[in-house]
Amino acid sequence: MHDRKVVRRRRAVLGLLVACALILLTAYFGEGAGGGLHSIQRGALAVFSPIESVASDAVKPFRDLFGWFGDTFHAKGQNKKLKKEVEQLRTQVAQLSGDLRSSKQLDKVAALDDNANLTSMGLVDGRVVLASPTLWYSTVTINRGTSDGVHVNDPVINGDGLVGIVSKTVSDASQVLLITDPQNGVAARMADTGVPGFVQTGSPGNPNDLLMQRLPRNATPHVGEMVVTAGTATPAYPTFFPPHIPIGEVSKVDPNELDASQQIHIRPFADMHNLDDVQVITKPTTRSLPVTTTG
Amino acid sequence: MMARGNPQLVVRLTILALVLVLVQLMFFAQVPVFGAIADLSPLVVMSVGLLCGPVTGAGFGFAIGLMIDTALLQTMGLTSLVLIAVGYFAGRLREARDPQSTFAPLALGAGAAAIATIGYGIGQFLLGFNHPLSWLLVKQTLATIILDALLALPVNALVRRWLTPVLPEDPRRRRRRAYTTGGLSPLQKA
Repeated sequence: MHDRKVVRRRRAVLGLLVACALILLTAYFGEGAGGGLHSIQRGALAVFSPIESVASDAVKPFRDLFGWFGDTFHAKGQNKKLKKEVEQLRTQVAQLSGDLRSSKQLDKVAALDDNANLTSMGLVDGRVVLASPTLWYSTVTINRGTSDGVHVNDPVINGDGLVGIVSKTVSDASQVLLITDPQNGVAARMADTGVPGFVQTGSPGNPNDLLMQRLPRNATPHVGEMVVTAGTATPAYPTFFPPHIPIGEVSKVDPNELDASQQIHIRPFADMHNLDDVQVITKPTTRSLPVTTTG
Repeated sequence: MMARGNPQLVVRLTILALVLVLVQLMFFAQVPVFGAIADLSPLVVMSVGLLCGPVTGAGFGFAIGLMIDTALLQTMGLTSLVLIAVGYFAGRLREARDPQSTFAPLALGAGAAAIATIGYGIGQFLLGFNHPLSWLLVKQTLATIILDALLALPVNALVRRWLTPVLPEDPRRRRRRAYTTGGLSPLQKA
């Protein structure tokens, strides 16, 4: 009799908890970004972000230590492969260095920094304090918010290239939707040839694979080509990203895939699994500079 | 309902939840090990379920899920739903089987991680995640499960050490002692 009572109570509690979770899920999914549950989340983030920032500073040395171990293992594995590549590249460099100096290539690389003109776009330095543990969310939380001039839809970069876009923000913290998130997409072009396309995640859960889609039929991309943001080419299709920010390089060109789906694979420059210091572009100028499409 | 009427246990569970969420989101989520991200939340919820029973396990899972979803501005309720299942099943397993093997947490950790990652994935697809399931995603899910299974032993030991002082005497443990010592504790017998 007692057991039956305990079982009934246990099932009642379980049912109640499941019902609460389902109600939360339905309510959250149904409401807009300004809804009650979203406001509670933003309020909690605003309250706890200073604590998170301090705690993140405290654990940073341990993170760095683990990162160092990981990098060492990774480096050891790649050492052999890289040595071989270095030999090949050294030969190539010897052949090309003379031509390269006189070519427009160097001018283009130098112009990349000049054209992007990021310093005039209100860069705000930030640091990643929280990251999602699941494979399904590609977001991180940074320790900069509206009080630092950060707005929703501000692009986020780091020393390597484009990282993502601010999706939510409170006074002292912001959520950044990484470019590897399925919800994110960037108008892009090849840095050298100007071939336009649209970059978005290739395989969700894989931070090293992006797809550059909607390439022109006559495009002939090559592995290793750099891909940059395109900026707003026409007012009809505005973008939040300024032009000329490096996104990644072409990692795979499958002729069948290119022919059938007009898409190629890109490896992003920014390491999405090891994000630490980032910059938010708070005054982005998204106007695209005229480019010549030669592809 | 072990936590009810045991304020010390409630305090310890609250501290455990706060530490877990902070350590998980600030450290483990940002340190990939062999390409996989360790997710301690299902392991800790499993350990609490094993020690405290299904109701406390499910309640603890609900609370942890709510905290993670709130902190990461994720869809609220989904992580809770998954972790309720982990906590409840771990608690029921304790009631039905009471696994005592040293390596039981290894298998249970893998199970808990599998429920959490696969359950979360199913939830994402039901909520409109419109990308095909890639082989790489499957590989990463498996890597997370294996990594969690390896971490289950130390995590379970730590949680056990933290909660045991405030847990009521387990009737099963008492029965075992009665069988081996004739009803007396070793101290009384001496």
